[in-house]
Amino acid sequence: MNNIRQISVFVENKPGRLSSITQTLKNNDIDIRALSIADTKDFGILRIIVNDADKACAKLREASCTVTITEVVAISINDEMGKLSEVMELLNTADVNVEYMYAFLSKSDNRASIILRVDDNDKAHAAFVASGITQLTEKDICEM
Amino acid sequence: MEKYWDEKMECATLSEMKSLQSFRLSQTIRRVYEKVPVYRERMDAAGVKPEDINSVEDLYKLPFTVKQDLRDTYPYGLFAVPMEQVVRVHASSGTTGKQIVVGYTEKDLDTWANCCARALTAAGAGKSDFMHVSYGYGLFTGGLGIHGGAEKVGMTVIPVSTGNTKRQINIIKDLGSTFICCTPSYALFIAETMEEMGISKDDIKLKAGLFGAEPWTEEMRHEIEDKLGCKAMDIYGLTEIIGPGVAFECSEQTGMHINEDNFIAETIDPDTGEVLPEGEQGELVFTCITKEAFPLIRYRTRDIGILTREKCSCGRTLIKMKKPAGRSDDMLIIRGVNVFPSQVESVLLQLGNTAPYYQLIVDRQNNTDTFEIQVEISQDMFSDTIRSLEDEENIIKQAIESTLGIGAKITLVEPKSIPRVEGKAVHVIDRRKLH
Repeated sequence: MNNIRQISVFVENKPGRLSSITQTLKNNDIDIRALSIADTKDFGILRIIVNDADKACAKLREASCTVTITEVVAISINDEMGKLSEVMELLNTADVNVEYMYAFLSKSDNRASIILRVDDNDKAHAAFVASGITQLTEKDICEM
Repeated sequence: MEKYWDEKMECATLSEMKSLQSFRLSQTIRRVYEKVPVYRERMDAAGVKPEDINSVEDLYKLPFTVKQDLRDTYPYGLFAVPMEQVVRVHASSGTTGKQIVVGYTEKDLDTWANCCARALTAAGAGKSDFMHVSYGYGLFTGGLGIHGGAEKVGMTVIPVSTGNTKRQINIIKDLGSTFICCTPSYALFIAETMEEMGISKDDIKLKAGLFGAEPWTEEMRHEIEDKLGCKAMDIYGLTEIIGPGVAFECSEQTGMHINEDNFIAETIDPDTGEVLPEGEQGELVFTCITKEAFPLIRYRTRDIGILTREKCSCGRTLIKMKKPAGRSDDMLIIRGVNVFPSQVESVLLQLGNTAPYYQLIVDRQNNTDTFEIQVEISQDMFSDTIRSLEDEENIIKQAIESTLGIGAKITLVEPKSIPRVEGKAVHVIDRRKLH
């Protein structure tokens, strides 16, 4: 199992909130490796993967943030046309639903990393293993 | 075994009480007619003579007194004794308007202490208890009022007053406070701060608390009892009448016994002024019948409540008032519907996973009231997906709608973003400019 701990932070839609959250992370030497924001009219959820999830969680809670840790999966695929479509089809066939996902490109090796929140991590893992898709660990992401 | 401070008064028969009230009322009316020009003018204008008031049944003939009268006669216009006999004043500023001043003779202070002593005894307090007073001392009646009652009982009084919550908690812990009094929202603030300090309810010895000075709900009571590990008793009072101790809760906790040998209670229709029968909700009106310095006659409190003489298991026969549903001042009329902030609080606490921190924001756009309720998100209700947060909002929305009868926009906000006052909480922002 290569689950990755993602930190989700409740963010009110008002000026300065993201600035104050990122400042808390910076002041505690926490490095953001991947990030996505989901938003509605009134609030958003900031989702981040960091180099030290426990510390980030503790420090954010100290700063009165509402924080939760969610286990997500991450894969690394070649950055080429149609690759993501194949992954989606694979998950669909394996009956795994994707709640949301976000992606980032690595700096050098022509690979794309995709973070997925799915309804069944084990099933997704099995499907990736069966199809030879590289799954990333928390350590992999931190060291990128 | 129920203990009483003054069994004779607290358990008098109805006819004993009525005849005592009638006697005291007629004496008081004769005195204020003679000593206080405002009362004399009012009674003359209404065509009522002191000799017309011989029993409690005659009370309705007398004109009401309202808060504005206290402002108009500021500072000493309603005092019924010469200042040489006044040994203390208290004042209340309220949130709006000019402050009002009330006075006490030595006997009044004794009456007051006895009223509070009844409340403390009903909560189970005795000579061996420690009373932590975190109501403010000073012009506010809370601190010194309970202080006097606790000394009367013979408790060891710890006069901490307000502020510095961490220090308060250390005092509760180190000095072994067994009783506490403060506002209910401050009690929760103490509980919250204890959690932050890593102090549990097992580290303190509180047995009971008397919480008053603002309306609160049953759910809030349970939360305080659970978090502080003590019984939470309601106490009612207002500066104009005497301060805390006008009414108090007994072990049954289904309403507050009014010290009616001192204060006659009525409920009226706030719009027409008509006296309502017992059991009907209305504005509470009090008449002081033992006070010397500042005996208010038919004072309209703006507090909404219900009076009842149903038999109480504690053995007291003093008339009971149901917990005020709120103040008619606090009551909001939104799209024609009466809304009390306490109803919202009750809904939120019943749902269980929200913190009791909320704010009602009322505004008017295109001649229609907009109603938003901001609710602080708690760790328990937060989950990673937008959908589940929207579900949470909908659950609150539906519960509010079915309780209040009107819709509200629910907005989840970050913890600690709603202003906390170490005393009364700010629950309403009304931006409508109607005047």
